[in-house]
Amino acid sequence: MSGKVVLHGRMVVPGSVEGEALVSHEPISGWGGIDPARGVVIEPRHELYGVCFTGKILVFPSAKGSSGWSGFFQTTRLSGTAPIGMVIGRISAKSALGAVVTRVPAITDLDADPCSVIATGDWLLLDNSTVEVTKR
Amino acid sequence: MFLTDEDKRMRDGAEGDAVAAAMDLLIRYGAALDADRLCSIRNVAGTMTQPSPVKARLVAEGGWDKAFAIINLDSDLDLTIPPMRIPTCQLQHGFGPDSVDIVPYPKANVELQSDGEAFYGAHGVQILATCTPYQVGNLPMRGEHCAWMESSAVIYANSVLGARTNCEGIASTGAASLTGRIPCWGNHRDENRFGTHLISVSGLTVESFQDWGMLGYFAGSVSGEDRPVITGSLSQPDLTELKHFGAAAATSGGVELYHIPGITPEAASVEAAFGPGARVPDAVVYGPAERAAVYETLNEIGSSTDVDFILLGCPHASLEQIRQAASLLDGKRLASGTELWIMAPRALKVMADRSGYTAVIERAGGQVLADSCPAMSRTAPAGTRVFATDSAKQAHYLPAILGIEAWFGTTEECIAAAVTGRWNGELR
Repeated sequence: MSGKVVLHGRMVVPGSVEGEALVSHEPISGWGGIDPARGVVIEPRHELYGVCFTGKILVFPSAKGSSGWSGFFQTTRLSGTAPIGMVIGRISAKSALGAVVTRVPAITDLDADPCSVIATGDWLLLDNSTVEVTKR
Repeated sequence: MFLTDEDKRMRDGAEGDAVAAAMDLLIRYGAALDADRLCSIRNVAGTMTQPSPVKARLVAEGGWDKAFAIINLDSDLDLTIPPMRIPTCQLQHGFGPDSVDIVPYPKANVELQSDGEAFYGAHGVQILATCTPYQVGNLPMRGEHCAWMESSAVIYANSVLGARTNCEGIASTGAASLTGRIPCWGNHRDENRFGTHLISVSGLTVESFQDWGMLGYFAGSVSGEDRPVITGSLSQPDLTELKHFGAAAATSGGVELYHIPGITPEAASVEAAFGPGARVPDAVVYGPAERAAVYETLNEIGSSTDVDFILLGCPHASLEQIRQAASLLDGKRLASGTELWIMAPRALKVMADRSGYTAVIERAGGQVLADSCPAMSRTAPAGTRVFATDSAKQAHYLPAILGIEAWFGTTEECIAAAVTGRWNGELR
């Protein structure tokens, strides 16, 4: 599949950014789920176990687990290992605050399921309330 | 987002730069949630003192004022932190000075945390140092709006106490403590407190501490971030069992609120749990097969039966759990090379000391430890390869955090493993 798709949603954190998508089909844990020093998913049962999200636009259905979620993603910013954008299937207090303190453009409530439409490696352009997907 | 005149005064700096920064964070956070307003609160449970490499660097650079500004308010401004505006407590954090000879936790962290306790204590923070503030004096009322962190405490406050809090984070609780505000979103609103999934226990009765934890783990995996309603063959739970149930449901999913009709306060009946006029969904059955599957999942990281570490008290133990461990250990001795830690709130450890339980546990070679846990402190006894626990939450998290194997079983099986050094658990 090639070409472009544009998804429309609701802005969580304003801003524009473009980059490569890293898609998780499973919810992501912060505390106990990522190592902020390396920017890597460390949950053993997770599909992205061992994968680095630094410099990627992280596409995920929701945040799960501990309330340390936002603090761990804030630490990725302070450690230079943060993702550069977030596309969130379903917003929650954890992921909303996490996107705010990571200070990267973020979007949710899209008109199609981002975790099915977007694949890892696709090129994304986030612009406030739209996501332009270029398939790879 | 609608702001009251008082909200605007705080945002515009009438209460100082730190309060203005706190309002700025709450406004950014409220917009991210699409909240329409903030609500007033006077109960915060957050974390300020927990050591981390980033915090150590910030404190070295600019003291605790700088660390609070950046971590707890998400502000890059040079701020002086005023006293907390509303009652605020510190949740579990790292280990304290009395653990230095027992726990291989960096002394620099102990010193940093003690320094932080002095700073925040002077700023009005209550150093409860537990993941279970509801066990040691912070017991919100039904309907009380709060800003709490700690997923196991949030689910307890919402479901068992009928208080109202989202699963807040470090920055939102920091901002709430200086403003008395939090976005009025999610669990704060009536329409978001009704059940979404029905789980029916059938073919077995959930009555033991272990079974409440496994049912919680199942409920979380079925409901994700939604709100399960639990019905069927259940015994009357106590605080300890619902503490385990909720922690497990918040771990396998993201459950922040559940109802057990006839037991928890917002659901007198199954119909009431789903709200007026709502259709009650078809039940998902939790029976012997589902129970066995949860048990297998929680034990899939274990392969060696040579256990070197036993961990009890996640969430932090009740006084009765400490008494039970003491009773099981009375007159016994831990196997050579095996360590047993029981995590508890400091206030309850004092009562365990006074009741003689701690002495019995220590005579057997075990420890009752306050303030922290292996997951929060990323610390286990030196050389630990295989651990066992009676906590579904700890069995889930600790292999990822410390890279060790895990066994999950009953409290009795865990104590037996501590005494023999061998894991011999099975689902009964």
